[in-house]
Amino acid sequence: MAETAPKILTRGVWDDNPIFRQVLGICSALAVTNLLANTLFMCFGVVFVTSLSNLTISLLRNYIPPRIRLIVQVLIIASYVMMVDIIIKAFAPDIHRFIGPYVGLIITNCIIMGRAEAFASQNKPWASLLDGMACGLGYSFILISIACIREPLGFGTFLGYPLPAIDLWWHPWTIMVMPPGAFFMLAIVTWIARNVSSQTAERQ
Amino acid sequence: MEQMQQVGPLASIMLIFISAAFTDNILLSRFLGMCSCLGVSKKVDTSVGLGLAVIFVTASTAALNHLVYVYLLVPLRLEYLRLITFIIVIAAFVQLVEMVVERISLKLYFALGIFLPLITVNCAILGVSLFMLNKPYGFFQTFAFGLGGGFGWFLAITMIGGIREKISESALPNGLAGPGITLIIIGIMSLAFVGFSGMIKV
Repeated sequence: MAETAPKILTRGVWDDNPIFRQVLGICSALAVTNLLANTLFMCFGVVFVTSLSNLTISLLRNYIPPRIRLIVQVLIIASYVMMVDIIIKAFAPDIHRFIGPYVGLIITNCIIMGRAEAFASQNKPWASLLDGMACGLGYSFILISIACIREPLGFGTFLGYPLPAIDLWWHPWTIMVMPPGAFFMLAIVTWIARNVSSQTAERQ
Repeated sequence: MEQMQQVGPLASIMLIFISAAFTDNILLSRFLGMCSCLGVSKKVDTSVGLGLAVIFVTASTAALNHLVYVYLLVPLRLEYLRLITFIIVIAAFVQLVEMVVERISLKLYFALGIFLPLITVNCAILGVSLFMLNKPYGFFQTFAFGLGGGFGWFLAITMIGGIREKISESALPNGLAGPGITLIIIGIMSLAFVGFSGMIKV
């Protein structure tokens, strides 16, 4: 059980990556990755909620009766999600209009429930905070790489700024902005990442 | 909305149902309920079981959450509590259904029972409740929206289950088996559903 801090971090970000290893939290990974700005806000929300809810659940782990622990965990997660929702609404109302419902859906994001149940309810607060943060970062890493491909291909922009001389040599692929593009991109990223990680595992 | 006011109330409910199920399919164009879809869609019969449970719960909780939102949260100016309230309503409803089904029909309980706990964490349910807030629907229209959303999800997961059963024996490139190939299947299916878009404007 006693893992060192670097090990917890690499496990969350790469070895047990929530998206391509555990296949959790796919819904938002597909929905918000059409624009990089949306993705960054969503990732901020997920990292914030996973780390703090893991910390809180770990602090309370000896006081929560086992029978009702699921509902307690959901309530803790929901309170943090509410905070993120209000913060994003205050600072970026335009982005909130688009990703608002998906921010609310962080509550049912399986990564967070999964980490709370599998790690935070048995481990010390510090390790749980780190574990939540690592999983959030692993999620963000995949999302940002998908968004970095989808936005330039679909809109010809990067973070909202048009790429140089885009009209001369590039015609935007509308399909990349639409849902099918999200499914194909995630499939390709999963494929590549799984191949790379199985090769490193063989070498060891 | 303009188009909806021109048609009668019954027709508008039909339009909402069809658009929620086809043109705005919650799995294929809103990406909701992907996690349980990828996990459960290996076989047709489990897909059908989960799909039916989702139809029932989505429609009922959308209607319930609509009532709670309009008659409780808005008058008390507590709209910011909507996330926490909705998830409590959904969790309580699922728990209740589980107990009622266990009493009434053990056969149904064993057919549906294992899927019910999965539903609380299915984002399609909460998603439908959150998306309905952006739309100016009345009670029956919300119910139709929930029913259509659930039906669209059922349709999609059943088709995915059928295709996955067929390809389960095929040889796939390294690393593509499992979630990878399923995502590509869903992508192709979603291309087909994109063809429906623009048919109805609601």
